[in-house]
Amino acid sequence: MSRTRTERLVNLVICLLSTRRFLTAAQIAATVPGYEHDPEDPRDHDAFQRKFERDKAELRELGVPLETGLASAFDTEHGYRIAHREYALPDIPLEPDEAAAVGIAARLWQHAGLAAAASSGLAKLRAAGIEVDPQATLGVEPVVTVDPAFGPLTAAARSRRAVTFSYRVPEVDEPSTRRLQPWGVVCWQGRWYVVGHDRDRDATRCFRLSRIVGGVKAVGASGAFTPPENTDLISHVARYNGPIARNGRATVVVRPGCAAGLRRWASEVVSAPDGDRLTIAFSDVEWLASRLVGYGADVRAENPPELREAVIQQLKEVVARYEPAVLA
Amino acid sequence: MTPQQRAPVGRPAGGDRLGRLLNLVPYLLARPGIEVAEAAADFRISEKQLREDLELLWVCGLPGYGPGDLIDMALDGDRVTITYDAGIDRPLRLNPDEALALVVALRMLAETPGIGSRDAIERALAKIENATGDLGDAPVAVRLPAGTERLEAIRGIVERRHAMKITYYTAARDETTSRTIDPMRVLMVGNRGYLEAWCRRVEATRLFRVARIDGYEELDEPAAPPAKAVPHDVSDGIFRPSTELPLVTLRVGRASRWITEYYPCEEVRRDGDTWLVGMRVTDLGWAQRLVLGLGDVTVLSPAALVGQIRDQTNAALDQYATPQP
Repeated sequence: MSRTRTERLVNLVICLLSTRRFLTAAQIAATVPGYEHDPEDPRDHDAFQRKFERDKAELRELGVPLETGLASAFDTEHGYRIAHREYALPDIPLEPDEAAAVGIAARLWQHAGLAAAASSGLAKLRAAGIEVDPQATLGVEPVVTVDPAFGPLTAAARSRRAVTFSYRVPEVDEPSTRRLQPWGVVCWQGRWYVVGHDRDRDATRCFRLSRIVGGVKAVGASGAFTPPENTDLISHVARYNGPIARNGRATVVVRPGCAAGLRRWASEVVSAPDGDRLTIAFSDVEWLASRLVGYGADVRAENPPELREAVIQQLKEVVARYEPAVLA
Repeated sequence: MTPQQRAPVGRPAGGDRLGRLLNLVPYLLARPGIEVAEAAADFRISEKQLREDLELLWVCGLPGYGPGDLIDMALDGDRVTITYDAGIDRPLRLNPDEALALVVALRMLAETPGIGSRDAIERALAKIENATGDLGDAPVAVRLPAGTERLEAIRGIVERRHAMKITYYTAARDETTSRTIDPMRVLMVGNRGYLEAWCRRVEATRLFRVARIDGYEELDEPAAPPAKAVPHDVSDGIFRPSTELPLVTLRVGRASRWITEYYPCEEVRRDGDTWLVGMRVTDLGWAQRLVLGLGDVTVLSPAALVGQIRDQTNAALDQYATPQP
């Protein structure tokens, strides 16, 4: 943006903030430097109007709340003003430790997408007189990455607009097109999901943002739906059924110095002539068997018998899979 | 693990001079007599740029009312004081992207296990949400894993700047080692906690997964990472396989297709009802443990790994051939 235009826009903001009455375009042109033109000359007047339209768009883009209205009942032409109350950042009385937390929060997106928005938000807080200690730390640094779909999905959820996107789950080959009324976005255990009403399935669904292929397209009008009241978004994503009960007890013989990964699960290790005998608590026989198979001949399942059988069965399957193909 | 991309949200902070000018007036108003250099540093611009901004503002003001209604300031050498603000006495309120970025980041911090000053974070979050009204009501919910005592305790040691002795399990090599380390920082990446430290054993900076620190001891000596201990850039994930690592090619069935989302893969190609997957691995032993734990995955190459799996599984089966004593 040129210096002249920047200057004109600052003056426009000051002008519209200072007036209580709505000012018409002609009144603004008469007072704000840079809008001088001959209203009688149609080409000159057109040029002014285009310039003024661009400037209004620029201010709105920046978030300046431009109000339009009639100055009085006798006026026919709309005028403009900026209500200070709508324009100004409200007072946010942050204590030093709170301001430090906001400063750290703004740095959180450093590696990710919302960095620019966070730092311009922080700049506004600073402009309001809040001092932010740039050296503050909280001992643990979260590193947050977001998927590209985050921006459009949160925007759509906020304005309650429906979206469509291509979605690919690993088990299915082709991405499918989904139509969703997004209620909100959830970060669960470090992964991002969108929760909403799936218009094709006519049911509540959640989608992993990393599985969205390509862009997210907003469709239809804003305010097109209302999310159910008091929805706990997280409850739609979280699948936690409490701690796993490891009630089984396995005995596994491990060669000395081998299978460190199994040893760290062992509640007891007894050295014997044929190796170290580990006691391991488990919940799922097949799962533990697949771990043991991974260690090949370094481990031998001893007990319970169903674990031993599961290991033998899995080993046989592997051997069969790697058998050299028999030539016909 | 998927390649995390950067999502562009919001306006660029740097290129927006108008936004900066509207911030600059209230910023200076709140800090009478501030040094030009300090203000420039806060706005991340050069002193020259800041002086140009001041010059521009100096000719702005209420239209047509004469010089007394222009923005006025006293520039006393290196210090500046706004004496008339022409009505720009407050910054512009937060826009939706800014409110979202700050509110969600604060929710993230509040949810981060083991973090300090949780109380201050929650108070700040409440105030920002309150001040931003509807915008602060961001449609984003955050839940991270519950704090572990271990993470909390390790953070304490890092904050006290003490060296540590740890027992650490390295999954890639399937070994447990004892190391003396000089802690540097604690990170949460996704749902995993990491301790970054200078490892005296390997004489390099290492990221230790907190869940694999099986034992630790706080030493009565200061943490002293050498000057060459440089923190990792973790913006693109923790494990970035180098092309020097061995490439393993797998035939993957549908049920195990998830591994391509979980581990960085070099290639994923459809082949009939299966997928051909190429991934770099630090250690062939690790690859063996991974694929043998998956029912529908077959190693195609390297031949050494195929041979190793054949020998290991045959030898393992032989152990069961003789009845137990």
